[in-house]
Amino acid sequence: MRELAASTITDQVAEMCEEANIYLGEDVFSALKDALETEESPTGKEVLKQLIENVEIARNEQIPICQDTGFAVFFVEWGQDVHLTGGSLEEAINAGVKRGYDEGYLRKSIVKDPLFDRKNTGDNTPAVIYTDMVPGDKVKISFAPKGGGSENMSAVKMLKPSDGEEGFVDFVVNQVKTAGPNPCPPIVVGVGIGGTFDKVAVLSKKALFRPVGESNPDPRFAELEKKIKDKINDLGVGPQGFGGRTFALAVHIEDYPSHIASMAAAVNLNCHACRHLEREL
Amino acid sequence: MEPKKIQAPLSDDDVMALKAGDTVLINGVIYTARDAAHKKLVELMDKGEDLPIDLQGQFIFYVGPTPAKPGQAIGSAGPTTSGRMDAYTPKMLEKGMKACIGKGLRSQVVKDALKEHKGVYLAATGGAGALLSKKIKKSEVVAYPELGPEAIHRLEVEDFPATVVNDAYGNDLYEEGAKQYAR
Repeated sequence: MRELAASTITDQVAEMCEEANIYLGEDVFSALKDALETEESPTGKEVLKQLIENVEIARNEQIPICQDTGFAVFFVEWGQDVHLTGGSLEEAINAGVKRGYDEGYLRKSIVKDPLFDRKNTGDNTPAVIYTDMVPGDKVKISFAPKGGGSENMSAVKMLKPSDGEEGFVDFVVNQVKTAGPNPCPPIVVGVGIGGTFDKVAVLSKKALFRPVGESNPDPRFAELEKKIKDKINDLGVGPQGFGGRTFALAVHIEDYPSHIASMAAAVNLNCHACRHLEREL
Repeated sequence: MEPKKIQAPLSDDDVMALKAGDTVLINGVIYTARDAAHKKLVELMDKGEDLPIDLQGQFIFYVGPTPAKPGQAIGSAGPTTSGRMDAYTPKMLEKGMKACIGKGLRSQVVKDALKEHKGVYLAATGGAGALLSKKIKKSEVVAYPELGPEAIHRLEVEDFPATVVNDAYGNDLYEEGAKQYAR
């Protein structure tokens, strides 16, 4: 059995926190540059130019892309032939978040309790961690710093099977329409369909980790992603909501089998700073 | 369209010259406040006490920057969602605030208050925190240091870019812009 030290996880996580917040992935950066080519609104073009320049300044001067350096969200695929030594996975990840956010001059945006005194934890922990056990002896860590503004415009709905494709599409498009300029468009739209109330929300989050430009492997869902994206862009909301043709850079649907009585659906929105990073150990 | 250069603080005439859709470059001194600082300011107003800053003619920028690295004036500093400040904005306008900078939708109550008190709501590009930080030349905390990133900062800005969303005439760029490009 392969052994992996908790301190290795901590080191990797600390680096990932800094890297993801400063260097926007090429997938999203390309999508922004493509949007500048196709955008019709002069104000929309101006916004896209600013966003591209922002990404370049962030890279060149190591300044966080956005001041909201997010809730630290992790998906971990843990190979079942790997034995973690010297600590728990949760502690190792949180120690990495604490170090990365401190050394990287990233904003600490987490409060200890959501309702009462809302006191900042001071180190951006705890992270939100989902762990899947998988075959093999590798560990894959995916990280996304998730901004609050776009998270606030997200929703879960328990649709009826009879709502069908039309009901599903309407739910997603209406949710995005309601969000309007708030989630910092152009946005990436993470969509979940199927599973239970909790599962579908996680699916919609996972959808935001998919590289922009990749489609759902099922051609029926891939077609639906394109259709929903067109409908969203036809709302005319455009970059930052000032009017234009680029409201969404991408729509990603993640699906799961469903109970015979249900058709759960979820929308999780991400701003244009759709930061995500993965490493295999 | 060339952006208009404007100088903070603003007079009523300055505000009335701005229309939804105008792009502007702001120069001078502006102040920051977000949720927690607004709550404190409005509590003072309700008690009839003096505020730690004079709001007359001022800009309030809704921002909670990242910590500045050594040698930087400020860290990443883009706007936060303005709707969370809706409950406080009419009172801020009553006390003389002339402009607020954020991103996202405002309530009808805020839009009406902008008309009544001659104020303007501008959006800076959300998520362009690195770019906007370069337009801020100096930053110092002037109230509520205990709030960390939510403390009230005094910022000196040069050609800080923003777009007028809600003007003092009741126009709304979010509504008009989307109508123009919807299909």
